[in-house]
Amino acid sequence: MTQDSSTDQDLRRSEPSALSASESSHGLLEKRNYIRDVTNSKISLRDLSFYYGKFKALHDISMEIPDRKVTAFIGPSGCGKSTLLRVFNRMYDLYPGQRAEGDLILDGRNILGPGVDLNMLRARVGMVFQKPTPFPMSIYDNVAFGVRLYEKLRKSDLDDRIQWALQRAALWDEVKDKLKQSGGALSGGQQQRLCIARGIAVKPEVLLLDEPTSALDPISTSRIEELIYELKDDFTIAIVTHNMQQAARVSDYTAFMYLGELMEYDRTDVIFTNPDRKETEDYVTGRFG
Amino acid sequence: MTRYQRRKVLNAFNLTASIAVTLFGLVMLGWILTILFTKGFEHINWAVFTENTPPPGESGGLMNAIVGTLMLTVIAVLIGTPIGIMAGTYLAEYGGKSRFASAVRFINDILLSAPSIVVGVFVYTLLVSPVNHFSGWAGSVALAILVVPVIVRTTEDMLKLVPRQIREAAAALGAPRWKVTVHVVYKAALSGMMTGMILATARIMGETAPLLFTALNNNFWSTDMNRPIANMPVVIYQYALSPYSDWQDLAWAAALLITVSVLVMNIFARYGLKSGNQQKP
Amino acid sequence: MAVPETQSSKHSRRGASGALADKAFKGVAFFFASMVLVVLAAIIVMLFKDAWPTFQTFGLDFFVSAKWDVVNDQYGALIPIVGTLVTSLIAILIGIPVSFGIALFISVMAPVWLKRPVGIAVELLAAVPSIIYGMWGLFYFAPWFSENLQPLLTDTLGELPLIGQFFQGPPIGVSLFTAGFILAIMIIPFIASVMRDMFDVVPKDLKESAYAMGSTTWEVIWTVILPYTKVGVIGGIMLGLGRALGETMAVTFVVGNAQELMAGLFYPGSTIASTLANEFNEADGLHMSSLIALGLILFMITFVVLAISKWFLLRLGHAQEGRSA
Repeated sequence: MTQDSSTDQDLRRSEPSALSASESSHGLLEKRNYIRDVTNSKISLRDLSFYYGKFKALHDISMEIPDRKVTAFIGPSGCGKSTLLRVFNRMYDLYPGQRAEGDLILDGRNILGPGVDLNMLRARVGMVFQKPTPFPMSIYDNVAFGVRLYEKLRKSDLDDRIQWALQRAALWDEVKDKLKQSGGALSGGQQQRLCIARGIAVKPEVLLLDEPTSALDPISTSRIEELIYELKDDFTIAIVTHNMQQAARVSDYTAFMYLGELMEYDRTDVIFTNPDRKETEDYVTGRFG
Repeated sequence: MTRYQRRKVLNAFNLTASIAVTLFGLVMLGWILTILFTKGFEHINWAVFTENTPPPGESGGLMNAIVGTLMLTVIAVLIGTPIGIMAGTYLAEYGGKSRFASAVRFINDILLSAPSIVVGVFVYTLLVSPVNHFSGWAGSVALAILVVPVIVRTTEDMLKLVPRQIREAAAALGAPRWKVTVHVVYKAALSGMMTGMILATARIMGETAPLLFTALNNNFWSTDMNRPIANMPVVIYQYALSPYSDWQDLAWAAALLITVSVLVMNIFARYGLKSGNQQKP
Repeated sequence: MAVPETQSSKHSRRGASGALADKAFKGVAFFFASMVLVVLAAIIVMLFKDAWPTFQTFGLDFFVSAKWDVVNDQYGALIPIVGTLVTSLIAILIGIPVSFGIALFISVMAPVWLKRPVGIAVELLAAVPSIIYGMWGLFYFAPWFSENLQPLLTDTLGELPLIGQFFQGPPIGVSLFTAGFILAIMIIPFIASVMRDMFDVVPKDLKESAYAMGSTTWEVIWTVILPYTKVGVIGGIMLGLGRALGETMAVTFVVGNAQELMAGLFYPGSTIASTLANEFNEADGLHMSSLIALGLILFMITFVVLAISKWFLLRLGHAQEGRSA
């Protein structure tokens, strides 16, 4: 590793202690104008690397993801942004040969360490996928699926929860009369909102959105973007998107990734108006990617 | 003849031959079904369903054989389906490309086409010869051994058709692996797995060879699975080859009933279930 | 809109997340998957155990002796083995061209509206229980065959040198040839369906390239489709052969069940499966042991044939994965 890049690593590594407002005068952070607003970190990444077998897909990523904000991950395809998202709930554990190194600290606990109950982790970290994934069951049962896994609710409480989740996902008015119908019968945009409702019904702390609108039409997309904006009051949201305008519209912070490395991470307005690095500027202005 | 003409003649000849052999196949099917329906319908009446198999020279029906076949088949499917579904689940969800899974797949595909009479002999050595008497249980076990490979194969194929994203979405909600499989993946693959089950049922319903040495036959009313039990295929075999015309007539009636059941199940499984299961808006 | 319960409530979630249940489920699945291997091993072990007295008494002679004499308790497997191989060979020789033609018709030639009905009809042919083929064969096909086709074959092929002797025999209808013919009809759907699946996956570009060179349909089939799919086609044929070798009921009805070795295909004979079906329930002692030995031989033959079939089909799968990657 060259001297240059190791300095770079130091710049991006930010210990929780360095994050508090009182220490925001830390020289390096000041210089890079770097996530100085993060006063309450929900997730901390420390030298996180990821391997598909022998192939190293993520290189020593360190960053802080703030609580109840929207953090967007952008970058050209293959840059590792979806891979990174799948580390947050250890989705990669479903597949042999995939592994992560380093630390990923959620509320003070390293979830990559031993003894982590994956299912409990995933109940706390919800995920919505690129293509809508309604389960082959009714709308009601789709939303109730995750709730029933971890909570024993009375029928009326469960009904309330379902209504709350569907309202929160801005789908209630459209489906309240057909909760017993199959989730697969909804339109694409409705299905995606159903998946969001299903994700938030279990009341996770973190919501991961993996290109949630890439398979949707513009109207459905704008509805889901509004939704994301509202949801951040309750949830820490990490969204992967290949659409820069979307990142600019919905996120508070933006991380630009390239070839498995975190190139730059800052407040969204900084990334889009005054980025530090040439690669970031080239990407957000559409010169490559 | 020019080279080009020769090519055209060869082409025409071979394509005509292709049509001809297709017609040959259809004619054979038509011939068999025509005879089956004309001979079978002649001899189907109420007595077939309400009386037991008769002694030679008397009239009777097939009631005991129909009930026996239903019992043997249902029990075989009840034994074989869970085994097949679990084994197929292992192959689709856990086995991957491991050596063990590849070996199971390979052997299962061989058992899928293995001679059913050998399965009959095997179950004879296992369950009949040690206790010195034939039994319905032995018959059902033999049929179950034929059911398992079909279910294993269709279960694995159908589970593999379920998109990976559905599994991930369920896992992302914190569902443990087995709940993902049972509550989500099975539901998504349900119609395909039903198809496999019906095809397996259809396959064993007309099987004769494995029952000859296991369930044998019983000329009297009996639902005791510990004793020989009457069943349609063996009745057909014994009566068709008998010198008595009453018995031969009953054999044709039984043949029609069995074939119609098997064909209806096949058509339903392959073509009815798929369209019937489409999600309605 | 507020979350109905406080954030802290989510930490008091119900119970553990089921790691134990996960292990149990996987364990049960593994257990039943291994049952497949256990059944195979059990079949071989049990049959071998019960066949042992025969192998002990007759040794290797059992495989080459043509004497099947229940009265004197002398047993040799040659006649049923030869009968099994001959009937299956006839079935394959008739079945290959017919299956090929049907698969071509459905896959390449038929108009779209005809593909499905013809496909269904051929699949129904496979669904008809084998005992029905037996009844039809014995009562309808065999008499028709002995009156019409058999004299024709005897008068034509029977006059040829060398192979002529194979087309001789009494005009009684039940014979090795009749059994082989009915087996052919029974295995056609299996071979045709594999071939058809193969033909359907030939890339359109490849076919169109050949047409673009001015090839006739037949030339496209012969020079592009068949070479592209030959591994799978061989696998399908071996699958059909495996089915034919072990088929019992249809053969038992029409093969004549004679334990004699005759040169002519129109003489009655017997196969391993038909011998088992006929004699098993009256046998005991060495007779029973010899029948079980026959069963073991049949299982081994079909095992090898089906393993070869599977090997070919697997090779095709790998080849196609390689191509698409």
